Amino acid sequence: MELTDAAFVSKARAGDANAFRVLVERHSRSLFRLAFRMTGNQQDAEDVVQESFLRAYRQLGNFDERASFGTWMYRIASNCSLDLVRARKRRNDRMAPVDDENMEDPMAKLPSEDPTPERLALSSEVREKVAEAMEDLSPTERTAFVLRHFEGMRMEEVSRVLECQPGAAKHSVFRAVQKLRRALEPLVSAAE
Amino acid sequence: MNHLNEEQLILHYYGEEGDALAAERHLDECGECRALYGSLQRVLNVVDTLPIPDMGPEYGARVWQRIERRIPVRRRWWLAVPTWRWLAAGAAFAGLLVAAFAAGRFYQHGPSANRMAKTDPAAGEKILMVAVGDYLDRSQMVLIELANANPETPLDISAEQERAGDLVSESRLYRQTAAHTGDTAVTNVLDEVDRVLMDIARGPSELSPGDLEKVRQRLQAEGILLKIRVLNSNVRNHEGPEASPALGQKL
Repeated sequence: MELTDAAFVSKARAGDANAFRVLVERHSRSLFRLAFRMTGNQQDAEDVVQESFLRAYRQLGNFDERASFGTWMYRIASNCSLDLVRARKRRNDRMAPVDDENMEDPMAKLPSEDPTPERLALSSEVREKVAEAMEDLSPTERTAFVLRHFEGMRMEEVSRVLECQPGAAKHSVFRAVQKLRRALEPLVSAAE
Repeated sequence: MNHLNEEQLILHYYGEEGDALAAERHLDECGECRALYGSLQRVLNVVDTLPIPDMGPEYGARVWQRIERRIPVRRRWWLAVPTWRWLAAGAAFAGLLVAAFAAGRFYQHGPSANRMAKTDPAAGEKILMVAVGDYLDRSQMVLIELANANPETPLDISAEQERAGDLVSESRLYRQTAAHTGDTAVTNVLDEVDRVLMDIARGPSELSPGDLEKVRQRLQAEGILLKIRVLNSNVRNHEGPEASPALGQKL
């Protein structure tokens, strides 16, 4: 029978590095998805995942074993991503263009199967606009939105990760959706 | 019902609006709110299309490889908290070595020096051989269990790892003692067994059928199980009264 996260956390706290390895292997991919959505950049997301696990290992002694290890890691990864996005904002960097390799083409979901130049151009434009709109969110709005929209966390859980009141988390999500709607509505209308 | 504001529509989209049924009814009846909600849905659906690189199933292992060296070393629990067997064996053999050394020093100039030199080291060696025999039995058991495992899905070997860890701790003393008595062949076999056990103890706690096949191939290539059996057989013979002193030469 497969051991639970709690059992591996317990072993890792006692110094069993292999137990921590299992936790890393179990949670890396979901943390990468979170980090990528928050940073919009593959290299940054990979750095966030590694840094998150290193922070987690150093803080294992503070982890409350009654809590969910996954949620705890989300909180750490969110904070790492927030740090990185804030630092990047300060440098006023632009989001790096997404890597076309290994990417699923969003326009492939549309009914037509003909990859006409117009469709390809629209696909690329959609990606760019969505990425820009996400980039324009504040770090807190982006985190709250990613956790609610992509990770499916309820507002209560989002507030726990962000360590704020549920009302504040809710308003961050509202602001994020409102900004995205303002930015993307013209694009969506044009496509119809 | 009044019109739904944008925040209520967002909560409704995420299924967190308190009165979902009332909101649904209103959306059915009110074209204005329905249009706003439709716009919201379309925008969020477009956001969903933001692609994410597929990192593949081995990504977790790659992350571990990158961070492993940066993880501060912690002592494994079985090193941090020695077992009673570890302590007992350690105390017994340390005492034995001290006694043998003291006896040798005390009696080497006395009239019965020759007799003592013949009896005491032999008794000490006999105790060592009993312990080494037991250690080899248990090592062989762990390795055979892994070599014979034939699962279709990944196998959790944390129990075997724990036993391998204990055996590695134990073997240190035997190797030191064997080295002290100059039995290089025994030391060499113990070193080889130790390396395999250490790799198992420090490796992944879950092995795929492919990983187990690699373990089997390694055991076969290095002839570990055969060496253990031969050494164990010699050790058992050595425990008897007519034991041969050339234990290592038979390996």
